[in-house]
Amino acid sequence: MAKITFDGIEVEVEDGTTILQAARKIGGNVVPPAMCFYTPLKGSGGKCRVCLVKVSQGSAKDPRPMPKLVASCITPVQDGMVVENTTNEDVLNARKSIVEMLLINHPLDCPICDQAGECSLQDLSYEHGVSATRYEEERRSFNKVDLGPYIQLHMTRCILCYRCVYTADQITPERVHGVLGRGDAAEIGTYIENVVANDFSGNVIDVCPVGALTDKTWRFKNRVWFTKPLDAHRDCPTCSGKVTLWARGETVLRVTARKDQYNEVEEFICNTCRFDKKEVSDWTIEGPRHIERSSVISANHYELPVINVPIVPNLPVSTKKNLPQE
Amino acid sequence: MEPLSNRSKKVAQKDMTFTERMYLPAVVQGLTITLKHFFKKKATIQYPEQTRERSSVWRGLHVLKRDEQGAERCTACGLCAVACPAEAITMTAGERKKGEEGLYREEKYAVTYEVNMLRCIFCGLCEEACPKAAIFLQDDKIAPARFERDEFIYGKDRLVEPLKTTETK
Repeated sequence: MAKITFDGIEVEVEDGTTILQAARKIGGNVVPPAMCFYTPLKGSGGKCRVCLVKVSQGSAKDPRPMPKLVASCITPVQDGMVVENTTNEDVLNARKSIVEMLLINHPLDCPICDQAGECSLQDLSYEHGVSATRYEEERRSFNKVDLGPYIQLHMTRCILCYRCVYTADQITPERVHGVLGRGDAAEIGTYIENVVANDFSGNVIDVCPVGALTDKTWRFKNRVWFTKPLDAHRDCPTCSGKVTLWARGETVLRVTARKDQYNEVEEFICNTCRFDKKEVSDWTIEGPRHIERSSVISANHYELPVINVPIVPNLPVSTKKNLPQE
Repeated sequence: MEPLSNRSKKVAQKDMTFTERMYLPAVVQGLTITLKHFFKKKATIQYPEQTRERSSVWRGLHVLKRDEQGAERCTACGLCAVACPAEAITMTAGERKKGEEGLYREEKYAVTYEVNMLRCIFCGLCEEACPKAAIFLQDDKIAPARFERDEFIYGKDRLVEPLKTTETK
């Protein structure tokens, strides 16, 4: 076990845990953001650099600070480590610069993008970025790559986090797409026109932190904040069948895997669940999905009422009212 | 009975004098007031022939603007609808096809766009939310009174700015 101090909060974690995971154990506002790191995917992380933190004391045995900011998602903790994230101005400035870097080639097409409202880069730039760009040159542009009838690729929006590559490697039986080219010519593609189609290929949509990979069956159907997220499940022979439905009225507009507060998929789902089951009757609805109040999706979004909130403590039983049961 | 305060007045019915019983001075007095009003500035205007001048920040009927090339600016991003406190705006989006580049500015456009003028409170939040400078509340037009409720639901046919022809330029 290793004891570390993160932003002045002490936490004890197992040896070999990364700083980011230790921070997530604390939770709240001190957790560094992550664009490329994805807990269920082995080997992910260390690419986007938004999770940079300052290690002001390496360990109890060697208390020298680490010379440079380190990526918290791939740096394991050591006993007695002191880490600064939100308390260090260098870290915040570095993060601001990195957001600016990520946005250099990112098009300003949030009004068109289907990811808007649940996009990690949107949240990140809102929290850490500046509202104006200093970049005057032409942004990157690409030839359109067709990935088949289900997945839409917008290469201009890609931040090259490699999450989809790891997903295809680890979740699906074969990988047909990858990162081609080097440096600023790097792009996601299939090299020779190839359809990304196997039972679990749709998961690349869920792991994409931006709108580079989106669901073609959901393309321009609606904005995510006008839909109602519902937890639902079905008996699926290939996957767990536990999903979130994004419905409007009686129509299911989109099916995604359930994601936790760090936008990480809880259980990967198969393409049949994702693309083919678009009827409410295909699913057993469990109830509304909890959406953070800070998210735009929570606008006009209601959840099951909490019965008898104890506003006045120790209220006599006779004054309590039972809500009518449906 | 003892009065509660000393502000109460004694009411007495006095007999009218002779001039008062004639009523003529009172009639003349009343007519002068009426006559005076003939020469005063009128409080009303002859609407709809005349219209009152509005403030430059007046928020009237919505318009969906076109850009310099005449293409519609709206991309159906839904920010106006989510900003709308009265939930008066609804829209459906569609994908621009090849050859429609002159009609719609972006890849996505609003196939339908409806504003319910009965729900709208003309607060201008849609105008503020719009990232594409597409929707504006005009200062010279208002939603006129109508007989049917469904006539107040303004679709794209009535909201989109008419194409500028060479004559009006």
